[in-house]
Amino acid sequence: MTENNNRLKGAVEINRERCKGCDLCVVACPCDVLKLQPKEVNNRGYHFAFADNASACIGCAACAAVCPDGCITVYRVRPKAVAR
Amino acid sequence: MTIDEIKSPENLVYAKPRLLNDRHMHYCPGCSHGVVHRIVAEVLEEMGQDNNTIAVAPVGCAVFAYNYIDVDWIEASHGRAPAVATAAKRLNPDRLVFTYQGDGDLAAIGTAETIHAANRGENITIIFINNAIYGMTGGQMAPTTLEGMKTSTTPYGRQPELNGYPLVITPLLAQLPGTCYVTRQAVHTPAAVAKAKKAIRRAFQSSLDKRGTSIVEIVSTCSSGWKQTPEKANQWMVENMFPAYPPGDLKNFKD
Repeated sequence: MTENNNRLKGAVEINRERCKGCDLCVVACPCDVLKLQPKEVNNRGYHFAFADNASACIGCAACAAVCPDGCITVYRVRPKAVAR
Repeated sequence: MTIDEIKSPENLVYAKPRLLNDRHMHYCPGCSHGVVHRIVAEVLEEMGQDNNTIAVAPVGCAVFAYNYIDVDWIEASHGRAPAVATAAKRLNPDRLVFTYQGDGDLAAIGTAETIHAANRGENITIIFINNAIYGMTGGQMAPTTLEGMKTSTTPYGRQPELNGYPLVITPLLAQLPGTCYVTRQAVHTPAAVAKAKKAIRRAFQSSLDKRGTSIVEIVSTCSSGWKQTPEKANQWMVENMFPAYPPGDLKNFKD
């Protein structure tokens, strides 16, 4: 049963050039997956968001729901696939 | 299973709607306009109305909405979006016609057009973005600005004896017999976004069903105009905007 906890369940992909670093996805994420780049910037000079703790992602899409620029694509392994 | 393996089409949960194109939006970071644009595009896509929609863009920050959502748009002069939408809907009764307006457009210069379009019961949807400020021109006081709220033209806060009271326009519209669905939503949390999306869908459906005018007010933030970070602006909105503009349905119809 415990091994399920280590299984990957979800993943996010962030369009870094479209991101404006507003931080709303970081606040919305229930699993502390996302963070803003502390130093790097995109070609518009924004500190874009990235998946800092990617393995904790559950694919809930809360980040994508609040993203004002639609930069986030979310993937989730369907529950059946996780159980197997 | 690695993260790259999860990122395959069969596991896709959410992606940017096709109708929201790849053009970089001019809105400030964290602006509610972006979220509302996205959910409007999602709803239009889900309803299969991409080729059946005429949208009317306002004057204000959302003036460039026509650049971002790939449906047919008309740019109205300041405040006149409901009048333009009236013509579009009357000439094309089967089309889905909606306006997308801010509070400076809808509640200041366009008050007459808004109230009369709603009073005539035009079968259009009005999406009303209320951030209590003129965001585009530099954060001046709008009719919807809260009492005591600091803006660039009310540096000591809005004083009712000098500047009048905040204009709460959706309850006025809800009184009119021409309106069928009047609701107030917000887009600050994932749950609120889901509710707002549902409301927009219901509003679009009711205007397609020719039930009358439907109004969806979205209480929004203007982090630049309020001089706050997007996160703080959301908190400020919950603490200060919600008491004056509480979310919920003001008028609804039975299915």
